[in-house]
Amino acid sequence: MHWSLIVYCGVITFLTRFSMIFLLKKDIFNNKTKKILSYVPAAIFPAIIFPPIFLDNSGSLDLENNPKIWAAVIAIFVGYFSKNIIATIFAGLISYWFLIFVI
Amino acid sequence: MNNKLKTLAKGIVDVSPLMIPVFPFGIIYGVIGMELGIGPYMTLGLSIIIFGGASQIVLLQLFSGGASSLVIFSSVGAVNSRHLLYGAVLSEHLSTLKLTWKIILSYVMVDQAFAVSNTYFKNNRKNENKHFHLLGAGFTCWTIWQISTILGIVLGSVVPEELGLSFTISLTFLALLINDFRKFKNIIVMSVSGIVATIGFNSIPFKAYIIVAALSALAVAALLTLMNSKEK
Repeated sequence: MHWSLIVYCGVITFLTRFSMIFLLKKDIFNNKTKKILSYVPAAIFPAIIFPPIFLDNSGSLDLENNPKIWAAVIAIFVGYFSKNIIATIFAGLISYWFLIFVI
Repeated sequence: MNNKLKTLAKGIVDVSPLMIPVFPFGIIYGVIGMELGIGPYMTLGLSIIIFGGASQIVLLQLFSGGASSLVIFSSVGAVNSRHLLYGAVLSEHLSTLKLTWKIILSYVMVDQAFAVSNTYFKNNRKNENKHFHLLGAGFTCWTIWQISTILGIVLGSVVPEELGLSFTISLTFLALLINDFRKFKNIIVMSVSGIVATIGFNSIPFKAYIIVAALSALAVAALLTLMNSKEK
């Protein structure tokens, strides 16, 4: 691998982060667009969350006896009622470990 | 403590719980870099120059599979294109800052920092030093990522694979969405994103499934928003 490739990849990554902050002026969006943009976390994070939970190492759908699904459900349940980020993460992690190591 | 330092500290505190999986993830990244034989300087160089965990792993996977530079470059761009949306969301709060600030904050605008600072910005619109929150959150991520990369390079695999690392990453992002589970529309948007990503994971080229899923979900969000405004 050449350092030049790493630098190009660094530049494109920086530009994805910088371009919108640099180009967009304040109040360029109307309220409707702002409302739609408020869905950005809800639109992106599940795309990061779902594949590692529902797909196995070979990339095929794994719905049977999948401890990750149950642990995620418990995490959502705890998160819904506690509204606490740390509690949610640990509830999911501990129930996952319980399911794979104890049961 | 003055307001700038206070806001900076708040950013550090807010992002800290999200660093739990970043640390082992960084170690594993460092190990993969060394195992592929690109050496300690390039492994760390990637973490400093690109500073984007998922895209660095994708880069290494493609490199080890013998992909061309153009494919590697396109894939890194596709994986990181979600930041365009983060930038669009945060521009409202950052557009009046000086160019140097925009450059520094862009460099550290990773998923976790975006998530916590976006929430902070929305709740603290009047704080004129609110960008210090992103500075604190972003450089916390940066520091943890560099330290864990170095540990992976030096120590090798100290994190047992059985502990389920990829799942912990899912959990932190899930924890960031807990408030969205209260609104029916958000649940629809989240489902669209997750289902499109799961289906597209293998079929969409250049690892672009995240941005494809995100844009599909945003299209549904736009539809829901427009439908709602017509009813009124």
